[in-house]
Amino acid sequence: MTGRFVRLGELDRAPLAFSIDGKPASGLDGDTLLVAVLNQTDRLRVSEFGDGARSGFCLMGACQDCWLWSESGERLRACTTPLKPGMRILTQAPGREWLKIAS
Amino acid sequence: MAEDRIIVVGAGPAGVRATEALVDAGLRPTVIDEERRDGGQIYRRQPEGFRRAKSELYGTEATRAANLHDSFARLQPQIDYRPETLAWNIADNRLHLVRGAQSDALTYGALIIAAGATDRIMPVRGWNRAGVYSLGGSQIALKAQACAIGRRVVFLGSGPLLYLVASQYIKAGASVAAVLDTAPRQLRVKALPKLMARPDVLFKGIALDRHLRRSGVEVLSGIHPLAIEGSDEQGVEAVTVRLPEGEVRTIACDAVGLGYHLRPETQLADLARCAFRFDAKTRQWQPEVDAEGRSSVKGVYLAGDSSRTLGADGAEAAGRLAALAALKDRGHTVSATEMARLAKTIARSERFRQGISEAFPWPHQAAAELSDDTVICRCECITAGELRAVASEKGATELNRAKAFSRVGMGRCQGRYCGHAAAEVVAAAAGLPLEQVGRLRGQAPVKPLPVAAGVTSP
Amino acid sequence: MTRQQADVIVIGGGFMGASAAFFLRQRGRSVILIERDLVGQQASGVNFGNVRRQGRFLPQLPLANRSREIWGRLDELIGEDAEFIPTGYLRLCYCKEQLGRLEQYAADAKAYDLDLEILGRNALKARFPFVGPEPIAAIYSPRDGHANPRLAAPAFGRAAARAGAQVFEQTEVLSITKAGEDFEVGCSDGRVFRSPAVLVTAGAWGNALSEQFGEPVPIVARGPQMAVTEPMPYAIEPVVGLATAKEKEVIYLRQVTRGNIVFGGGPRGPAHADIRRAYVLPQNTLGQLVQLQRLIPALGSLSIIRTWSGIEGYLPDDLPIMGPSAREPGLYYAFGFCGHGFQLGPGVGDVMAELIDRGETTTPIEPFSIARFASETAAPTHATSSVQAMETSPR
Repeated sequence: MTGRFVRLGELDRAPLAFSIDGKPASGLDGDTLLVAVLNQTDRLRVSEFGDGARSGFCLMGACQDCWLWSESGERLRACTTPLKPGMRILTQAPGREWLKIAS
Repeated sequence: MAEDRIIVVGAGPAGVRATEALVDAGLRPTVIDEERRDGGQIYRRQPEGFRRAKSELYGTEATRAANLHDSFARLQPQIDYRPETLAWNIADNRLHLVRGAQSDALTYGALIIAAGATDRIMPVRGWNRAGVYSLGGSQIALKAQACAIGRRVVFLGSGPLLYLVASQYIKAGASVAAVLDTAPRQLRVKALPKLMARPDVLFKGIALDRHLRRSGVEVLSGIHPLAIEGSDEQGVEAVTVRLPEGEVRTIACDAVGLGYHLRPETQLADLARCAFRFDAKTRQWQPEVDAEGRSSVKGVYLAGDSSRTLGADGAEAAGRLAALAALKDRGHTVSATEMARLAKTIARSERFRQGISEAFPWPHQAAAELSDDTVICRCECITAGELRAVASEKGATELNRAKAFSRVGMGRCQGRYCGHAAAEVVAAAAGLPLEQVGRLRGQAPVKPLPVAAGVTSP
Repeated sequence: MTRQQADVIVIGGGFMGASAAFFLRQRGRSVILIERDLVGQQASGVNFGNVRRQGRFLPQLPLANRSREIWGRLDELIGEDAEFIPTGYLRLCYCKEQLGRLEQYAADAKAYDLDLEILGRNALKARFPFVGPEPIAAIYSPRDGHANPRLAAPAFGRAAARAGAQVFEQTEVLSITKAGEDFEVGCSDGRVFRSPAVLVTAGAWGNALSEQFGEPVPIVARGPQMAVTEPMPYAIEPVVGLATAKEKEVIYLRQVTRGNIVFGGGPRGPAHADIRRAYVLPQNTLGQLVQLQRLIPALGSLSIIRTWSGIEGYLPDDLPIMGPSAREPGLYYAFGFCGHGFQLGPGVGDVMAELIDRGETTTPIEPFSIARFASETAAPTHATSSVQAMETSPR
């Protein structure tokens, strides 16, 4: 899957390795998590209520559409979270097992 | 003394200028801002390590942006600045804060709310699909991250931001498929007398329009949006609109920037129990402010877009004026001449903004035409049909009642993006004037509050 | 001036009033239901939504059992879904003293047909692995559950209307006076309603009417402190609560099938019956968040998205006012349910309808009689003069 976003400049930044659903991915230093993920794939998550893929909306921390899970059970708002090297991101929410994570 | 503390919420144009006035008066205000850096949304900064010049980021507003950033840099040593901090609640003259999962609460003597605005949205069938972004969001992708939201972008909505963002995308090398404006072009001519209140801004607008047309991008006015086509899996694939002559056009794209001006961020004012009034011109509820920025609650001031949309330079004036009003109310000597001058600037911005809302009106009639399967509330996935059903079958013709029955506006965004449209849908379904439907009451937290931020009070 | 007549006038369209109106219609009685705002808007609409029997005052269990039986067939009875699910109710404790109390309660409750299961630490962890390290045991009632308070009372109101009750919303009652054999109920818009029987189900405002008949009660208004998290995959089936003697520790939560986790507990907040506003104190929310994580540590990774309160009426003994007036034949009360009325709603309506219809009820409700506050009654202010009552009546 190619990315939804298109980079138009500022390409001269250090690459940062992270993973999406267990697969290796690469972003650039200074990316928000949202931008890093959407340059690799076409979605951030799937709507809880059955209307398909979601990829964020406001990018300013207001709409709360861009929540992501990390493999360790953290909840991250992708548009206000800077990408950090080694992040392990899930675009599929865990099932019932979220309740066991981190307890 | 905590009782003497003045807190400014927001470090955009209004917040920075309010802060500056307070520092000029010899005070050390506290500045709360959700962002990592100052500038607000309009003068949002790019992250460290990005190299584009300010002229590239802010265009004709580069000097204003630079001035604002410089001013704040000078102020920083003289203020208690708390970036990345959310003001999530207010009670008993205490502002409740959270940074990450760290809670705090500050008592204030005066509170200046300069919380800004977010995009005002009229839904269209399919707007919940992946690849649809608010106009503001589309702009942030470019300004703060040097990205386009897609390979082929349609901008849909109305208002100056529609043209500004489209033009910025083209300049940055993005592919813009079309600019689709719900406002008929002739309205701009009618609004000219009011728009002449700010000839400088009007001229910039005309230049934008020319740039778009010269670039060869299709610009259609007076359209009626029918759907954002695509699939649950793939997201956006096209936009379908009806042209003024009745022809239906489908334009292929993989991303949409959507928005109809701005709506004020009023949650804090609401939690501070400020009174609101209905503005018939823009069809929205706004917190009451006097000519100098005082709310109905003693000690609470409102400035910039979080009370009413005046644009960035109007916000700078409003921010400074609200701070002077607070100083005056607290016994400081302030220049009456300056206050009068600022009030005049704001009045001019206000007149210009009235012109803008006449030239690019909020398309409220569209609410009645939305198909029943159109999602109104993105967070909870509540459709127009469900909302109409609670209004017509369960008598929920007041918006909070409709919320209680249908869940509209009950999701993570707290009704920011669906509240105005939901009110229009209920009003149309119930055959009531919009003001009788009311507005969604603000409920804490202003934005999601981490459970991990819990603390036991002494 | 319009004049309308019915067998019974019900004043107050909360859960109790709406369900009483419905059950009175089931018994063929003509009913007028008068509500100042909208049906189910105050305490009935903002509470936690607990459909629990365990933990209740034991002599209240027959009423709770009767109510639980109705909850089980609510959808077909009223023709709408109030999202009742019998998920079970798990009540945890942190200390041995509390466990002792729970064990005693479980033993005593057997006499009232309430079967409770005591789970020791290991059994608790095996069945509900999400609970944190602190709880030492739990008491589990499998047939309790939860429902949606935003929907239940309004659904009863609509069902009552469909069954023929006249429902007048946004109609404020100012006075109840006796005119011959009938009561006259005067409203602020000038309308007067007449009936031989009146049921006051006015929640925190009940005293404003009962004192017109010389039966004041020491009711105070308080606000529950409620909040809800973002939606999460459905994983917590039972209602989970903590049994504790420390008010600050009190916490209870439930997950709705859509995923949000609703919770409340701790000190109650300020409620202003006069202006009809109640508030959640920020420090109460923050305190609840601490208790939430003690109970279920995984909740620490979530965020809350909304808080709310409402106006509940509390009496000093934490028991409601329910039954006939001790002074005025034909006058009945069911108000002041002290924050625990939601589960009782259908049962209270059914019992009050039976009581008004037949003059007696098969479910014991004597402990809730208004007469228990009679010694506190000041000089009787029996309302025979309508003019006087109109002038002195509180809002």
